[in-house]
Amino acid sequence: MSNREPLFSAKNRRLLTTPLGKENPITIQVLGICSALAVTVKLEPAFVMTISVIAVLAIGNVLISLLRKTIAPRIRIIVQLVVIASLVILVDQVLKAFVYDVSKQLSVFVGLIITNCIIMGRFEAFAMSNKPWPSFLDGVGNAAGYGIILIIVAFFRELLGSGSIWGYQVVPEVFYDWGYKDNGLMILPPGALIVIGIIIWVQRSRDKSLVEEN
Amino acid sequence: MNGLRKFIDNIKPQFEKGGRFSYLHSTFDAFETFLFVPNLTTRRGSHIRDYIDMKRTMSFVVIALIPTLLFGMWNVGFQHFLSMGESATLWENFWFGFVKVLPIVVVSYAVGLGIEFIFAQIRGHEVNEGFLVSGMLIPLVLPPEVPLWMVALATAFAVIIGKEVFGGTGMNLLNPALTARAFLFFAYPQDMSGDKVWIAEHGDAMSGATPLGNLLTNQPLTTSASDMFWGFIPGSIGETSTFLILLGALFLIITGVGSWRIIVSVFAGGFGLAALFWAIAPYIAPDNAYMALQPWYHLIMGGFAFGAVYMATDPVTASQTNRGKWIYGVLIGVMAVLIRVLNPAYPEGMMLAILLLNVFAPLIDHYVVEGNIKKRLKRIPVKA
Repeated sequence: MSNREPLFSAKNRRLLTTPLGKENPITIQVLGICSALAVTVKLEPAFVMTISVIAVLAIGNVLISLLRKTIAPRIRIIVQLVVIASLVILVDQVLKAFVYDVSKQLSVFVGLIITNCIIMGRFEAFAMSNKPWPSFLDGVGNAAGYGIILIIVAFFRELLGSGSIWGYQVVPEVFYDWGYKDNGLMILPPGALIVIGIIIWVQRSRDKSLVEEN
Repeated sequence: MNGLRKFIDNIKPQFEKGGRFSYLHSTFDAFETFLFVPNLTTRRGSHIRDYIDMKRTMSFVVIALIPTLLFGMWNVGFQHFLSMGESATLWENFWFGFVKVLPIVVVSYAVGLGIEFIFAQIRGHEVNEGFLVSGMLIPLVLPPEVPLWMVALATAFAVIIGKEVFGGTGMNLLNPALTARAFLFFAYPQDMSGDKVWIAEHGDAMSGATPLGNLLTNQPLTTSASDMFWGFIPGSIGETSTFLILLGALFLIITGVGSWRIIVSVFAGGFGLAALFWAIAPYIAPDNAYMALQPWYHLIMGGFAFGAVYMATDPVTASQTNRGKWIYGVLIGVMAVLIRVLNPAYPEGMMLAILLLNVFAPLIDHYVVEGNIKKRLKRIPVKA
């Protein structure tokens, strides 16, 4: 064990950072879109959702990674589902206990973290074949990559759709007197889709290597 | 004309590579080819000798739109004074509407062309001529009371999200003018629907509801068919006069710019379904005033005729194959009537019907082409 890899070696740092940009689960892999449309009307629920997914994915990745040698390949999906479901129930109970209002707003979407493709995807693609520590970093990185998009989308949707940020009115009252109106399209799910599309556009025009050749 | 040509030829070198204003090349090119038919010939492939290029085609559509625009201006004034209970002369009516409508047209063109020019400079290609028509269509499908900043925002949205992200004119999936309208319709519904917005500076003497709005709330129709045909009803600026729209359609068909197949099939599809509803209404939904409507009313109300003639025929977003055009047109008519009659949320279905079929047009074409290939393959004798 003398040539032990340092905890934050370059390789491990990359696990944490690439999902934020070049391998972003939403804008590059286009996973987890449904919840990105559903919980991004306001910034606060989007933020709570981000924290919840980080918790589920990081802990889940570690658990799967610890169990990876004992899981029989034929039943691995069921084992993964049990792990996700237990964690999601835990998260749901914590949210209900401490941030009841937000939990109300998120309603069914906390439970639907179970079906979030990103989580199952990371279990299959990473945790099943890697050690616990890299799996933990990978989980945090991917969930954060998901969350950062959620928060950007929610920021614009709340600002343009409700004129507020984190529930505080930021568009001055004078603007409304001059005839400004909040954009109703941003409250609707298509508004989120358009914002995500614009993020993808910006990302691809800044980094040409992401553009597929056809 | 010769003087203008000489002037352009004189300043041209400054805009070419290495010239002082070479970064404005595409802007210069846009104006030059707008004024004069370019003397370029196609380099490769087979080609047809024709002076009608894209800019000339677009100009024909704008010419076909001018009667509806002028009438729309007059009608805005007419509806205003009518709702105030005052009578006004032809000129007073027109002037009132002119002052209301002209800013909308100016804003739509300024914003749209501004964005087109910027994108052309950045991407280094020619300015797309598609906006000549879109810029005129956008004001015509909006209510007269729409705030100007909304026009600007919707135009920007339509040009950037509806067109430029797909690669500019010729590549867009959705009709840009309808994209602008749909944006406003969903973003600011209180300014785009209901009974407050259709008459400019509306007085209290009469309700501002359009015939479509009346029917949706199951009130009897208060306007006569002839008023609807000639266009003396409240509504979006350019959509009210079916008569002038049909004149425009005639012009488009004669010049070969608009497809008669699409226009005819949209009307046929709408009429067919409306007639079916009319026939079965007493048996299945006796209290749905919309369903019991005589089928010809559907064709002269709201945006049906305008959509059929100017929107559905957009050569970029419509089906390209002849058989595809029939399917595309009939489905637009059917969908529009279906949304009007059966959806309790939207009094008008033309916009949504056309946008939906815009999305389906490539699929329709695909199956028409595939079908044709299959049919022809059968004619090849099987080799043993």
